[in-house]
Amino acid sequence: MIAMRRWSVRHARGLETFYILFERAFVACHPLWKLIGYQRLDAPMAAVEKVVKGFLFDCQMCGQCALSSTGMSCSMNCPKNLRNGPCGGVRPNGHCEVRPEMPCVWVLGFEGSERMRGGYAKIRLVQPPVDRRLQGRSAWLAVARERAAPALPAAKSSLQP
Amino acid sequence: MKFEDEPVPGYPLPILAGHTSPGRLERVLRAGAFAVTTELDPPDSADPDEVYRRARVFDGWVDGINATDGSGANCHMSSLAVCSLLTKVGYAPVMQISCRDKNRIAIQGDILGGAAMGVCNVMCLSGDGVQCGDHPQAKPVFDLDCMSLLQTARMLRDEKRFQSGRKITSAPRVFLGAAENPFAPPLAWRAERLAKKVEAGAQFIQTQYCFDIPVMRDFMNRARDLGLLEKVFILAGVGPLRSAKTAQWMRTNVAGTHIPDAVIQRLAGAQDQAREGRNLCIDLIHQLKEIPGVAGVHVMAYRQEESVAEVIERSGVLDGRRPWFPQRDASVDSDVDAGPDAHAAHAD
Repeated sequence: MIAMRRWSVRHARGLETFYILFERAFVACHPLWKLIGYQRLDAPMAAVEKVVKGFLFDCQMCGQCALSSTGMSCSMNCPKNLRNGPCGGVRPNGHCEVRPEMPCVWVLGFEGSERMRGGYAKIRLVQPPVDRRLQGRSAWLAVARERAAPALPAAKSSLQP
Repeated sequence: MKFEDEPVPGYPLPILAGHTSPGRLERVLRAGAFAVTTELDPPDSADPDEVYRRARVFDGWVDGINATDGSGANCHMSSLAVCSLLTKVGYAPVMQISCRDKNRIAIQGDILGGAAMGVCNVMCLSGDGVQCGDHPQAKPVFDLDCMSLLQTARMLRDEKRFQSGRKITSAPRVFLGAAENPFAPPLAWRAERLAKKVEAGAQFIQTQYCFDIPVMRDFMNRARDLGLLEKVFILAGVGPLRSAKTAQWMRTNVAGTHIPDAVIQRLAGAQDQAREGRNLCIDLIHQLKEIPGVAGVHVMAYRQEESVAEVIERSGVLDGRRPWFPQRDASVDSDVDAGPDAHAAHAD
């Protein structure tokens, strides 16, 4: 829903603060997640994420959330899936080249990042290619597993060292 | 300017110190000359002669020929094939790769294959959406984006590895390019995005059509403030407009094209609009050349490719330089000054 996307971008800073606290708590629960089993938890957790992030951001469940680097505008809503947008086709009114009725997710992302703590610092980072195997899986659990046990990264083969 | 080791078709030039490719485009840019590149409209045909015919109209006027990759999401001969035909006779093509039609497995294979065929320049693009071309029912791929494509190409070249980490035995020695549109929203973000592209590996940039000099100047100033001008060569996009009507049509129908009203009025007020379009193009080239950091121009003359020679000749930007082309040195003795006359066919 476009109205909700706009709301999230307008409240990018608040959402960022909320997410930082949420992530801290979520990562702290690592022993619990480990006890239940990350594998077993993935499907139910992904279902929760789909509802929550779907409502707030029209999340496409890429499984490797970059919202804090994209001004709280989900870049997977870009019809070209650009993780480092915007492309050169943005219309003069700031709408999408492919879907003229939709505001460019990167124009929104740029607005959102202005409001965030580090300003443009994070949107300036080059995002590595998407790992398509993670589609539909829980991004939160991936973060928890990675933060709690950095020696065992959730997914190999990203461009970042 | 002439290099003492001009190419023998099919044989690579040596790579100079500080260069990443054996290509002439990189040499011209690093030598500080004002470079000219253009675009070849790939044929809807399997006939190699059509490719050569289309390349020949640029002979002596350009330092690089972009082989487009399904531009505007329309189907044509592939850029890899056009490039391999062109390198066979010694031309310096810029192989465009769009992320729209191929995934990372195919793209990396094409970079290796292109380099093996003598391609020295690779242009990394996201690509237009499929909806604007002749196959709107096609599946858009967009596995990578232009930024991760640049990273991947650089990794192949500098780290001799595929994205998977698997080693390759001989790296593709390519000069990496990308596009930028200084005229599309969010304007304030465009130079920042250029910085991202440079960080991802872009060594030269070809911009969208520049019809709005003040906006271009702001973009270049911002790029300078970000310290980008020492790291990347920027070729400003230009092109002759055929008429006010064409300009109007492009503005509405070609994604990312920004044409100010003043330009359309100037064309509409002229008796010979096509000629005025070329005059305008020359004026823009002169103004762009004065902007610090503009290292050259990229001339896009879709369906009027024969006008590129006239525009470049009349603009005088080559400063007497005669870029290499297959018969250049063979014809030196017989018609040293016949260059402009040899291109008489371009008047339309």
